[in-house]
Amino acid sequence: MKISLRNPNVVMKLSRLGSFHQSKLSFLRSFLKEFKGWDYKRDLFDLDEFGYGVAIYSFKKKDRVYSLICFANKLNENERSDRVIAKKWDAAFTLHDGVPTKADIERLKNEVPKQEVGRLSYKELTLSRANKSVRVFDHVVESLSNGIQPDVNLLSKVGYLYRTTAVYGSGKFGLADRFRIKNREEICGPFRLEMMLVYLVRQFTFDQVNHVAKNKNPKKAINLDPEICRNLGIGNSTGLGMAPFIVNHPTLLNNWILARETALKTIREIEDVKKKDIDLFLKCLKRSLKNITSWNTDSKYQQKKIKSLFEDLNKFINFVEKKFDFSKKFTFNKIYIWLEENTDEECIEYVVSMMMEPYDYIVTPLVKLMSSEEEKYFNIPTERTIANLKDILEKKYPQILEIDFTKKENNQNFWFISKNKEEPRLADRFDENGSELEQPLAIARDVKKLYERLSVSKNSSTIDKFLFKNNDLRHVVRRAFIIEKFPYSEIQDNTIGKSIIPIDMLRLKLSFFGALKFDPRSDKWLRICMFQGAPLPEQLKNYDDHWVYNSLN
Amino acid sequence: MKSLSEIDTVSKRASRAAGFSWGIAEEVGKNIRILEIFGLPGIRNLNGFLKKKKKSEFENLNLINLENKASNNQFCPIITGISFLDQIKTLEKLNEIKFENIAYPLLFLPFISRASEIIGKRIFLKFDDKEFLLNFNNNIYSNFLKNEIIKVANNISVKFIDNLDLFSDVEWEELHKLSENTFVEESDSLKKKGAGAGLTDND
Repeated sequence: MKISLRNPNVVMKLSRLGSFHQSKLSFLRSFLKEFKGWDYKRDLFDLDEFGYGVAIYSFKKKDRVYSLICFANKLNENERSDRVIAKKWDAAFTLHDGVPTKADIERLKNEVPKQEVGRLSYKELTLSRANKSVRVFDHVVESLSNGIQPDVNLLSKVGYLYRTTAVYGSGKFGLADRFRIKNREEICGPFRLEMMLVYLVRQFTFDQVNHVAKNKNPKKAINLDPEICRNLGIGNSTGLGMAPFIVNHPTLLNNWILARETALKTIREIEDVKKKDIDLFLKCLKRSLKNITSWNTDSKYQQKKIKSLFEDLNKFINFVEKKFDFSKKFTFNKIYIWLEENTDEECIEYVVSMMMEPYDYIVTPLVKLMSSEEEKYFNIPTERTIANLKDILEKKYPQILEIDFTKKENNQNFWFISKNKEEPRLADRFDENGSELEQPLAIARDVKKLYERLSVSKNSSTIDKFLFKNNDLRHVVRRAFIIEKFPYSEIQDNTIGKSIIPIDMLRLKLSFFGALKFDPRSDKWLRICMFQGAPLPEQLKNYDDHWVYNSLN
Repeated sequence: MKSLSEIDTVSKRASRAAGFSWGIAEEVGKNIRILEIFGLPGIRNLNGFLKKKKKSEFENLNLINLENKASNNQFCPIITGISFLDQIKTLEKLNEIKFENIAYPLLFLPFISRASEIIGKRIFLKFDDKEFLLNFNNNIYSNFLKNEIIKVANNISVKFIDNLDLFSDVEWEELHKLSENTFVEESDSLKKKGAGAGLTDND
């Protein structure tokens, strides 16, 4: 039986994208899988009694070395902020390509703590900073220095000792451009080096907390239990900066979604599902419930989604355990159809992620297809006709073409870049100044405008002639020819409407990162946790691919 | 050192701020990246051009012909380049195209380089005495090695180079004969077995 890929007009709606969950395709999981055979080492740990100083961690295989350089600095209470307006952080990090020399460390000591206003070189690959969860960090130091393990309930509520507030790569602030490293086999998946940085930072947080506790009470202090460490991740505060990324990289977005959709299609097409695969699917599903019951958030929006997810999952588990006949052919297809008919988007996408768990042979090859050579699709095929382009718009954007942009609510917001921080922001067009400097992220509105202009143009005329007078829409002409080849390259929603929930865009990207426990702090930023439950670097060689469901939390 | 990603982003935003549409600004970002990666002074020339654009009018050349003369002002290198790139499938049928008075012609060059890749032909570009051989947007061979701003080119010619061998048949044959020394003379037995023939060759 041949199953079709899901319709982009359903999958690419923001509410659906904002219901995605981590899966075997997620970058932090594929990163661990790739680097499990590498040699991990703590090369330098030069911290003072308060935990300030320099530390270096590395992954090495043959001649290739990646080194995380950590700079921990004293921070006054009133200087600590997760917001992008902060200028100082508890710790700052860079991933260096190779083994850093003393001169490199001295150079980086001056630049890395400055973050956006510092300058990195082509020898550095990623850059980040992080702040302590002071409440948790101090509690852990206090406990360990008194010879006892910390309160795991408190740790469970937060999930980490530190949270990063930005992770930069790909040429930002002088970092290496992707072209310098893109042919390295070990980093063929997207954001792999960003994942490495975050993973090694996690280890630094454990080493630092042990070190500070030890110095506080050398005779009595103990180390944080490795099992507790394993159940801690790294937090991350993420704002609107991520939202334009998925609009500005259409072929990359397509390749992420296409990998997920291809995995689902292939799994639904399995005629005889093996018992061991069903057992693994159900085992992961049941164990994963702990990640939902320990998912804490003050956001009413997210609480509602979690409640609905939990209820739907219980309904689903009840169905598969009591009513479903696993001996029938095309088991996963039947399960999928039941989910569509009986549960909400959040649950559907959750179970889709779970369906991938038994199928390494389906998922692993797809991970390698999740990058993109974006430059290849930049040129506009200007010899094509108006009729061709109109046809693409009608087929690929049918719902977008129905939106009435003369209505205020459909044109309510605009995206801009803040002059202060050079970061993307969203504002009300009718209340705020600056909409004349709008970023080209109102794709739905501009596609509709393009369609209207094409409709009064001669069908047989070519795009080069159309562009003479319509270069103001050149950006969407380019995108239309991209979506012709890449069906999942476009969000099929209005990104400037009154009812937009920007965190849906963030959630999409973060789910591909492999984040858990999305905690919206407003409609424009959220906190997440990464690598919670992941093996520690010393345990990587005995890596269990389903570690994400082994969390104690 | 600035990364190519920074060069692309800043060039794009600056071009948009100078009045170009976002779609054109995206093209400029990519182009300045191309110039800088090939060691040509893209940022310097773009900066010079955008500063001058504030004070001066440039002529937009939309439809490109065999010979193109600006009526009063200099041609805008960006709009001329966009037109050239967009019309390349028509223009490649022409042997040589001439322009007079293009401002900041280095900004016109990457459009031609990209056009070379699209049509799969080398293009020879000449600005007055400066020569550039544009090889499928893979590299640029030139007699211009200075890191300087070129404010205007009076005479510009673009020649499409047919995909012809750069060597004679005799030279090729000589080299081919030498390469044959790596081959094995096939015996009857090898002829049968070497390519894995079955009982019937045609079934």
